[in-house]
Amino acid sequence: MLAFNFFGATEGGLFDINATLPLMALQVVALTYILNSLFFKPVGNVVEKREKFVSNNIIEAKNKLSEVKKLEADLLTQLQSARTEAQRIVSEAEDESDKLYKEALELANNEANASKEKARLEIESQTSAARDQLSKQADDLSELIVNRLILEK
Amino acid sequence: MFFNSLLTNFAALEVGQHLYWQIGNIRLHGQVFLTSWILLGALLVFISLGTKKMENDPKGLQNLLEFLWDYIRDLARTQIGEKVYRDWMPFIGTLFLFVFVSNWGGALIPWRLIKLPSGELGAPTADINTTIALALLVSLSYFYAGLSNKGWRYFEYYVHPTPIMLPFKILEDFTKPLSLSFRLFGNILADELVVGVLVFLVPLILPIPVMFLGLFTSAIQALIFATLAAYYIGEAVEEHH
Repeated sequence: MLAFNFFGATEGGLFDINATLPLMALQVVALTYILNSLFFKPVGNVVEKREKFVSNNIIEAKNKLSEVKKLEADLLTQLQSARTEAQRIVSEAEDESDKLYKEALELANNEANASKEKARLEIESQTSAARDQLSKQADDLSELIVNRLILEK
Repeated sequence: MFFNSLLTNFAALEVGQHLYWQIGNIRLHGQVFLTSWILLGALLVFISLGTKKMENDPKGLQNLLEFLWDYIRDLARTQIGEKVYRDWMPFIGTLFLFVFVSNWGGALIPWRLIKLPSGELGAPTADINTTIALALLVSLSYFYAGLSNKGWRYFEYYVHPTPIMLPFKILEDFTKPLSLSFRLFGNILADELVVGVLVFLVPLILPIPVMFLGLFTSAIQALIFATLAAYYIGEAVEEHH
């Protein structure tokens, strides 16, 4: 038995060590097992599950963020290329329309010139025809006048 | 004998008086077990209520218990180290909770209103048997931790920087439980005595600040005990290079 006493008394005193000691030790060991199953394990499970959940979510969010950034950069380059493409198309179209305009203008000019020339030629021919007819009529008239004068005599 | 009766009669306080239980031929300090059962019962009820319905979004008691768990984990992790702190966390936490509940229960509950045939109820940690039991458990734990983690290499610790350290390290194995048990015992007993004497001399107002100081000391002692226990275990499992 663990009974001894610093103060010489057979019983009592502040330093009375007896079987309370091993029994208290057993009680604390039992308490450790009880608290482990009642407190440390269940609470630990919940806390660690939540910590895992949170860290997983953070990792996922980070992944998504990097993906978004990548997509954003991708979109930006696409936008840039689309813009240059559009610019190229616009300038091409401008060139084309310019060319078409010039061609059409030239064609129209040529046509106008041609029809003007034709009209001039026609006018000329009609003028000469009219003049011929006039001189022929003048001839007829003069012949008629001459004939009349001759007959009356 | 003389000293004992002096202590016993000092300021009409009962010091060193025990409620003896006789079982066969072993004798127990009944008041220590009575208070410890009441306090541990309350602790277990509190914990059962808090862990009854565990949710992912903690509410009320569960929040408090999770805070407590986190606090104990941090304590164990910083002292013992990332590798083995999980194995020892329940033990460190139990020491902390037991000492804390005992100290605060002894200081907060007016045990004196309950009359015993001999001795009086009080903090279980104000009995030397309890504190030596706790300290010896810590000693066993750090030996077990060292031996189970490192095998015979655990004894390298005794000659670690130089073999000159050997006698000091051996001496430490005795001073560790001694200082652990007497620090706790002395602090809690002294606090109870101071409050008791003051209440006896000036029953109004004056003891209140001392009682608050006592609550503070009680909490600090629980933290110190658990931290030192964790530190000793950490020291035993630490790898030297």
